[in-house]
Amino acid sequence: LLRSSQPLTGPNRKRCREDEMLLGTVLDEGERGFIIDTRSAQAAKQARMTGGGTEPKSSYPQWRRLHRPLERGRPLQESFIKLVEACNDTSITMDRWLSRLESCRWLSHVKAALSTACLAAQCMDREEASVLVHGAEGTDTTLLVTALAQVILDPSCRTLVGFQGLLEREWIEAGHPFHLRCAHSAYSHARLKQEAPLFLLFLDCVWQLSRQFPFSLEFGECLLLTLFDNAYASAYGTFLCNNEKERCLCKVQQRTHSLWARLNQPGQKQQHLNPLYSHNALVIWPSVEPQSIQLWQGLFFRWIRSSQHLDEAWAEIQRLTEGN
Amino acid sequence: VENVRLLDRLSSRKAALGTLYLTATHVIFVENGSETRKETWVLHSQISSIEKQATTATGCPLLIRCKNFQVIQLVIPQERDCHDIYISLIRLARPVKYEELYCFSFNPKLDKEEREQGWKLVALNEEYNRMGVPNNYWQISDVNRDYGVCDSYPTEVYVPKSATAHIIVGSSKFRSRRRFPALSYYCKDNNASICRSSQPLSGFSARCLEDEQMLQAIRKANPGSDFLYVVDTRPKLNAMANRAAGKGYENEDNYSNIKFQFIGIENIHVMRNSLQKMLEVCELKSPSMSDFLWGLENSGWLKHIKAIMDAGIFIAKAVAEEGVSVLVHCSDGWDRTAQVCSVASLLLDPYYRTMKGFMVLIEKDWVSFGHKFNHRYGNLDGDPKEISPVIDQFIECVWQLMEQFPCAFEFNERFLIHIQHHIYSCQFGNFLCNSQKERRELKIQERTYSLWAHLWKNRADYLNPLYRSDHSQTQGTLRPQIAPCNFLYKFWSGMYNRFEKGLHPRQSVTDYLMAVKEETQQLEEELAVLGERLANLQKSQLNDNNVNSKQQDRCKQLGLSTSNNSLANTPQEYSNDLKSFPSRSSSQGDEEDSALILTQDNLKSSDPDLSANSDQESGVEDLSCRSPSGGGCLPSEDSGKDSDEAVFLAV
Repeated sequence: LLRSSQPLTGPNRKRCREDEMLLGTVLDEGERGFIIDTRSAQAAKQARMTGGGTEPKSSYPQWRRLHRPLERGRPLQESFIKLVEACNDTSITMDRWLSRLESCRWLSHVKAALSTACLAAQCMDREEASVLVHGAEGTDTTLLVTALAQVILDPSCRTLVGFQGLLEREWIEAGHPFHLRCAHSAYSHARLKQEAPLFLLFLDCVWQLSRQFPFSLEFGECLLLTLFDNAYASAYGTFLCNNEKERCLCKVQQRTHSLWARLNQPGQKQQHLNPLYSHNALVIWPSVEPQSIQLWQGLFFRWIRSSQHLDEAWAEIQRLTEGN
Repeated sequence: VENVRLLDRLSSRKAALGTLYLTATHVIFVENGSETRKETWVLHSQISSIEKQATTATGCPLLIRCKNFQVIQLVIPQERDCHDIYISLIRLARPVKYEELYCFSFNPKLDKEEREQGWKLVALNEEYNRMGVPNNYWQISDVNRDYGVCDSYPTEVYVPKSATAHIIVGSSKFRSRRRFPALSYYCKDNNASICRSSQPLSGFSARCLEDEQMLQAIRKANPGSDFLYVVDTRPKLNAMANRAAGKGYENEDNYSNIKFQFIGIENIHVMRNSLQKMLEVCELKSPSMSDFLWGLENSGWLKHIKAIMDAGIFIAKAVAEEGVSVLVHCSDGWDRTAQVCSVASLLLDPYYRTMKGFMVLIEKDWVSFGHKFNHRYGNLDGDPKEISPVIDQFIECVWQLMEQFPCAFEFNERFLIHIQHHIYSCQFGNFLCNSQKERRELKIQERTYSLWAHLWKNRADYLNPLYRSDHSQTQGTLRPQIAPCNFLYKFWSGMYNRFEKGLHPRQSVTDYLMAVKEETQQLEEELAVLGERLANLQKSQLNDNNVNSKQQDRCKQLGLSTSNNSLANTPQEYSNDLKSFPSRSSSQGDEEDSALILTQDNLKSSDPDLSANSDQESGVEDLSCRSPSGGGCLPSEDSGKDSDEAVFLAV
């Protein structure tokens, strides 16, 4: 599984021998690879006008390109804001709730993200083909797909430590601009241009997986909520800045504490673990039918509705499994 | 008929080839294939509709829709055969005599005494005693002993002490279908009660002294309150319209000390259409999130569920918090009234949240009070306008509550689903006919078996591992949040997509936790035994070897390790959403093929997993009887022998 940003083909259909050779080294003679472009075919084509573009088939003959448009940027942030507004709206009646939920489009984004990640996973696991994922910048939807695909494919990414490693690798080191993306969240009136909840979308998708595979993730909802909180506001330096370079310049490692260190302390660790966890060596293929994708109530109703009864249920599950 | 194909809804490519059989009671599809002779059994009683679709090159498609939401798509090679099957099924699915129903031939190989004992398992007189009646305020009346007063009521009803036979009879004449106010639930802590009836025949201005006295009697039976709630579960407009037909609702001016309230649950026709629309959404091929949410909202189904729940909550609050008695009615007092009374009882009394208590609740508010099972669920061929998913809605309300209060119910989702299944299956005699009178005339108890006994025998499958009778969630009244939309109602895919294995989590948390619980219990017992033996060490020779081997066997038997075999699952078709990308456009050199579908030509030729997806039990749910003698009618769910997924219903 590879990731990059878009090739700078431009309006004149530039070629780059080095880029073609680099991708050529990935595949053996006669092997085929897939390029998953997270922009629509039209958007990818239009990108040429501003210097970007797609890999032309003639120059990359062994690669087959698939377009799976995923929402990003301002529209995704709007979707998030609308959903939070809808959840907070005390005047909605039952006969309007679902269409209101639908108009936010958030669940459609979850479905699309999961489907695309599954497609990447399917290419690798079933086709045994290499996959290159990119959008425009390679810092948003690209990372969403590659990280999610790994949770689906790789059991080691589903352990507590493995998942942290995945986040470190595919989101933080890969350069997802947390500082820009996770600035003000859903209540702010300042609609910042660079703000977008890609990371939250990723966490939501992971939550969907945990619901569909209750035994396969070593961590529970509590961890996902903690990560969501810390991405936006944190006592730790883990999610600071936009990339490794900035973190170096700010001397983050010398001047702050790591969230991972905190999470892995014995006392903290316990509350983030899933009592039902049992190592599952296989690939987990989620259902992306609408019935299978649910609103993450633990997040979106967190401050609106008491989770007392569900917490009690988890406490009971904990008690039962501990006793064993 | 041979060479019939059974299609999978989620993937039309995955068809099974086999032979179709029609018997007197079932449709059976047996798949060809050496290792797994997979069988799909469908009871004729379950068939809701049969649709013959346009003949294609591959054959004649036949779509069978079942009342338990199973949808079977067959392709019959010859048009003539297809037509014959169609005609036969139409006839078989619409019996005209009760004797044609499966319950009269079903033989679980029990003797006469066992059959009798089975029927005695749920005894309503014991239930009323448990509630605390008869007492100073309430008495049993046998005024209806020969069904002379009301033929849809039971022979024994509970009425206020001050309600004489004269009052009861007078009141019954003023009520639709003679269904006079009678006790449904009595709360001994504060003497508040829930009574039920049908609408009064008040028209615009008619009055009835006895009926007014009846309500007074109910009010007086609760000395703690000086008024009585009268709850009409219909929308106000409908109730008012009824007045023109000489019926209607209670006028607060005429009945002393009542507070009247409309709750607004729609009628059976609206509900029938609502379910229909929702099922259409379920049948969409590869719907988008939009399609699904819009479709679900358009059906109005969850709105109706909420309306029933809200009514139950209102009544439970009146009884538990205000200590005020409530009289509930709709039009005839056998649909919405039953739903609302049973939801309220469930909220109020933890007993009804136990397995036994739930059976008792259904027996009381649905069976004994004359809910028209035959008309509503089509035991026999009848008026399609009488069909309506009334009890299905009640069962869903229970499920919604279970999702909100996971520790509060002794039983699990599977229990509810199996009950719903058997209401339609007519395999047992509990839900036949329209009234107690009809059932006695047909001698149901002597000629059929009780579902309750059957479920009770298999109760280990139906337990909720999170239930503890001493838990705070289990005790007292359940108080779900109502407004504003806080009690979010979920789509019950475990029921409405029950047979689509690909939709559900691969492993059942319920089953796992039950196994854990059992093992813990056994280990604790073992510990106790060992403790004793240790204490007796000096007295006798102890053979440690015996104990060790027993332990090993037990652990093996429990098979607790979630082994790899049971977790395997296969990908669905992630590329199937054709709407999300443009169709294959005419290539323009660098224009890539954006509509790649991982079709079979792209994939490796022998991909065993894909061909075996949702293989086992597509339609062979554990309820389908393996033989008419029904020895193993409800086997517990099986992890398939093949390496592929064992699919369970989610908790």
